[in-house]
Amino acid sequence: MPSMREAPAWRRQLLPVATLLLAALLLWYAGAVLLNAPGAIERVLLPKGPYTTQELVKATWAMERPVLPVPHQVAADLWASITENELTSPRNLLYHVAVTAKSTLIGFVLGTLLGVLLASAIVHSRTLDRALLPWIVASQTVPVLAIAPIVLVILGSLGFSGVAPKATIAMYLCFFPVTVAMVLGLRSPQRIETELMHTYAASRLQALWMLRLPAALPFLFPSLRVAIAAGLVGAMVAELPTGAQAGLGARLLTGSYYGNTVGIWSALVLSALLGLALTGVVAGVERLVMRQRRPA
Amino acid sequence: MMKPLRRFLIAGLLPALLAAVAAAALMPVLLPEPGGGGGPPALLLIALFGVFVLAGRCVRQLAALDGSAFYGPLTAALFGVWVLYFWQVGVTVFEVPRVLLPAPSLIALSLFEHAATLGRDFVQTVLKAVLIGWALGSALGFAVGVAIDRAPFLQRGLLPLASLTSTVPLVAVAPIMVMWFGFDWPSKAAVVVLMTFFPMLISTLAGLQSAGRLERELMHSYAASYWRTLLDLRLPNAVPFIMSALKINATLALIGAIVAEFFGSPTVGLGFRISTEAARMNMALVWGAIVVAAVTGSVAYALLVRLERRWAFWHPSVRAP
Repeated sequence: MPSMREAPAWRRQLLPVATLLLAALLLWYAGAVLLNAPGAIERVLLPKGPYTTQELVKATWAMERPVLPVPHQVAADLWASITENELTSPRNLLYHVAVTAKSTLIGFVLGTLLGVLLASAIVHSRTLDRALLPWIVASQTVPVLAIAPIVLVILGSLGFSGVAPKATIAMYLCFFPVTVAMVLGLRSPQRIETELMHTYAASRLQALWMLRLPAALPFLFPSLRVAIAAGLVGAMVAELPTGAQAGLGARLLTGSYYGNTVGIWSALVLSALLGLALTGVVAGVERLVMRQRRPA
Repeated sequence: MMKPLRRFLIAGLLPALLAAVAAAALMPVLLPEPGGGGGPPALLLIALFGVFVLAGRCVRQLAALDGSAFYGPLTAALFGVWVLYFWQVGVTVFEVPRVLLPAPSLIALSLFEHAATLGRDFVQTVLKAVLIGWALGSALGFAVGVAIDRAPFLQRGLLPLASLTSTVPLVAVAPIMVMWFGFDWPSKAAVVVLMTFFPMLISTLAGLQSAGRLERELMHSYAASYWRTLLDLRLPNAVPFIMSALKINATLALIGAIVAEFFGSPTVGLGFRISTEAARMNMALVWGAIVVAAVTGSVAYALLVRLERRWAFWHPSVRAP
């Protein structure tokens, strides 16, 4: 997409997106009234005697353990946990965001490196191309995330704990899409271009560095966006098994154990924001890198 | 054409296979009693290294062959067989604890022994949660896509939001769905619906837009109504997009249902099996459940590809091999 057209498109979308978000917010509040009403009547209002509709609505929006907490409850919970606690305290949700982000990022960097290296090897080796690549492509149709508990057990009994198992799971989830896209990208230079490199007596390494890798960038970045989203899911799933104390995944699980709906929603909102932020960083890097290539 | 293949069979595959069988036959003779300590004997290690070299050579030879479309998949299959062989042999020779990595034979055995359990898990996770959630989510995405096709305002608002959802870990709604819909499969299906809805919505909208200007103007000049154009031109044009969304959704649905079961489920289901048996260190059964999930994913994908061939046979991406 040329950058010239982006600004108007962005402005054109602003109003519809804002309208839809507003509608979603209204629906959310209405849904909260509907879903919470039975509980509110039973636990809050009936003990006190007769009540008005206004009281009912108010009660459904301020319940202790609502079926569906309303946005301002979630926001208040988030705000309280962020401002009332030290950053290093496990009561602060930002601490859990940092834990999850750390294992996601480590896994993402390692997985990307591994994917790029393996793709370079596959492009230069017919044996790897024919023996290994079909398996990597086929693995895209398989729920590889299901192996996460096994990875946790194996690494756990080898004595690794903390960030290593989580980063490993994030890594192998990142690695598959990057490899597949990079193989396509490294192969994308036309024959005439590779032959030109050949006539310059460029070595395979030089051809890789000067021709194939730059040509692969447009393939790499979309796969990176997929990879970091997958890595985040991997890191959160790795936090699920009992024993994990920190991280957004652990927060979700403890929230569901104790029926703390507002807590679940806070963790959910933060994990969505973390996903958006991580993808935003990748997209930002993409824009920086690709803009430098534009003048050519 | 026949000659290189024959050379591969006689000079590459045959020695490697003979060496592999010989090394496997040597193992019971040479290996010390399990738990006896002392490590594997040097002779066996040398023999296995020989097999390794021969195996690598025969894969390389097969990969170098040209002339048949089957050589590619055949190479991958041969490579897979060697990986299984060295997995089995390596685990036995180096006495890797079962907790770390069970041998493939153990996994196969547990697949066989626990076939009834895994069958129930399959029914619970795949036939109920995945299939219903996938069908419902995809159908909803398609319906909404067609419904807002005539509302550019809604499209402009919904598309950016829908594409943002791919960056959000949607699986994380699982605990909420478990609270709303209970432990059984409806909560998993709900997660799957949410995960599959947006890809289908985006693909349907893109597919409906994909009909060429020329074709649309032709329909217009025929005075074709909106619905006629939709049915005869734009929906058929959208089929390849819809099929690729169905394929993506199949994988997403499996992941969603299995991960949602990690958050809480009745005592049946593939995700439940994987997480509880991993906690009990019964790794052979965990691997068995993963084999079931993997085979399900691949078969579903293959079926959808066949369906795509039938429905979108005219599309360049299908026609070109």
